[in-house]
Amino acid sequence: DIGDVGLKYHLELVLEDILDNDSTVNCSAEVLYHPGNKNLPPDVQLTIDGELKNTDEADNIFYNRIKSLEKELVAENIPDSHGNMSPEMEPIHLLAWAASGYVIWQNSTENTNFQLAQIKHVKQVKREDEYLEFDYMILLHEMVSQEIIPWQMTVLWHPQHGVQVTQ
Amino acid sequence: MKILLVFAALMAAARSEQLFVGDQVLRITASNEDQIALLRALGEQTELQVDFWRDPTTPGHPADLRVPFSSLQAVKIFLESNSISYSIMIEDVQELLDEEKRTMMKSRRLERSTSTFDFASYHTIDEIYDWMDTLVDGHPSLVSKIQIGQSYENRPLYVLKFSTGGSNRPAIWLDTGIHSREWITQATGIWTANKIAKEYGQDPSITAILDSMDIFFEIVTNPDGFAFTHSSNRMWRKTRSINAGSLCVGVDPNRNWDAGFGGSGSSSNPCSETYHGPYAHSEREVKAIVDFILGHGNVKSVISIHSYSQMLLYPYGYKTAPAPDHQELNELAKKAVSDLAAVYGTKYTYGSIVDTIYKADGTTVDWAYDNGVKYSFTFELRDTGRYGFLLPSSQIIPTSTETWPALLDIMVHVLEHPY
Repeated sequence: DIGDVGLKYHLELVLEDILDNDSTVNCSAEVLYHPGNKNLPPDVQLTIDGELKNTDEADNIFYNRIKSLEKELVAENIPDSHGNMSPEMEPIHLLAWAASGYVIWQNSTENTNFQLAQIKHVKQVKREDEYLEFDYMILLHEMVSQEIIPWQMTVLWHPQHGVQVTQ
Repeated sequence: MKILLVFAALMAAARSEQLFVGDQVLRITASNEDQIALLRALGEQTELQVDFWRDPTTPGHPADLRVPFSSLQAVKIFLESNSISYSIMIEDVQELLDEEKRTMMKSRRLERSTSTFDFASYHTIDEIYDWMDTLVDGHPSLVSKIQIGQSYENRPLYVLKFSTGGSNRPAIWLDTGIHSREWITQATGIWTANKIAKEYGQDPSITAILDSMDIFFEIVTNPDGFAFTHSSNRMWRKTRSINAGSLCVGVDPNRNWDAGFGGSGSSSNPCSETYHGPYAHSEREVKAIVDFILGHGNVKSVISIHSYSQMLLYPYGYKTAPAPDHQELNELAKKAVSDLAAVYGTKYTYGSIVDTIYKADGTTVDWAYDNGVKYSFTFELRDTGRYGFLLPSSQIIPTSTETWPALLDIMVHVLEHPY
């Protein structure tokens, strides 16, 4: 059910874990668009009814794998033209998906519908501290205009500290 | 003689095409021992270069003799003057060889294709065009390939015609790949065309449909764009026509139709993905279909297949006013979507284009509907954005499989509701 009052939307939604279809969580959200100022992203208040799955184990495996690489990770076209990606690239893709969520939120209006289309290029950036840093060149697909928009984003991640996007 | 044959064979190996042109094989029946002796002597005459495929043995038993073109007259005179009866068994050996070669190649192609064509992977335009020929070869009394025009870059626009006869029967039009980056659609098109051919005579619904109606199926509706997605830019959507006065290439073929053409549900900017083009039907790929459908005059349904979003849509996209047949189209969409979901649980939404997805002007189905084709639908296949255009090839067969009952629902409805 979506009710709208002016530019404020109330949403009831269900989150589904893409890695485990049977794992779902109900949520509700209030989204407020700012018509006057196009540069302001919509305000979002999200309430999660329940708990998100714990991913510590998978996070740590990924973290340690990247930390122990001799050379910085570099990859292209994830997924490839045929929609395929290697198992090693799956967490890189998921990370991009999470990070692109932030980018999409920052650039959304009532007339846009963005999806992450593809990672064109990703390069790991060496850091002194405990964070992992990746430079992504991604393609966003905007459904209404059908445009493919290249976007560069720098993503910081740590198992305990989560995702940060510095555009 | 043997040495000569070997030499001749080597010559043949070098220039095999020309060797047996005009040669004939004669069936000769000697009526007594003297004639047998004469025939044997004939075989010994090296300059004639004849060879027995079946040797003369006893009177009354036929001998078969291949005679090179250059020796034909001499041999026939010899036989006739000795009253040895004969008949011409093979008029031209080379013709027979050529036909045999053709048949062998055809069946090799068939073997290669029916057992080795991989429906579960994405293919190039050449592979798809080759496969079309094998489909026709495999079902010659049901499927034929017609060319309805040429693309901007002069690629043939091929349509598969499924017909069990009649003359200008009421027809269903299907197209996939009008937006070249929507690879799941061409792949589903191939699987579906194969399914139609396979199931005629087996599945009662498709059999009933094809016993009264024809199906026209254009699988690579935008071949230039499709080639470009392979060679240069996987995300290419439009045609590849050059736009005068612009560096940007291509027109959105699903905004180029003469139905609400040029409105706000399309763009006037050549650099835009929804550029409608300089005028309606400016694109050869679109004009070819327009001319075909209008020329045919008896098309009862147009089903245009896109991706992604998981939707089943009907007119209008260019206006909010409901189509006169809105109720019936909505009911049919509801049924089709339900039968699709029954296969693997894939959820589709449905409704008019403008209500369900966005305002879109100059679309295929709006044009078809406004030109009297009542049952005009657009599919948006899997998925809803997780992979988008880059749908993994492992999903080709599941997507095709679940879409099939939905397509059948529409086609059966068209069959059962003539107008």
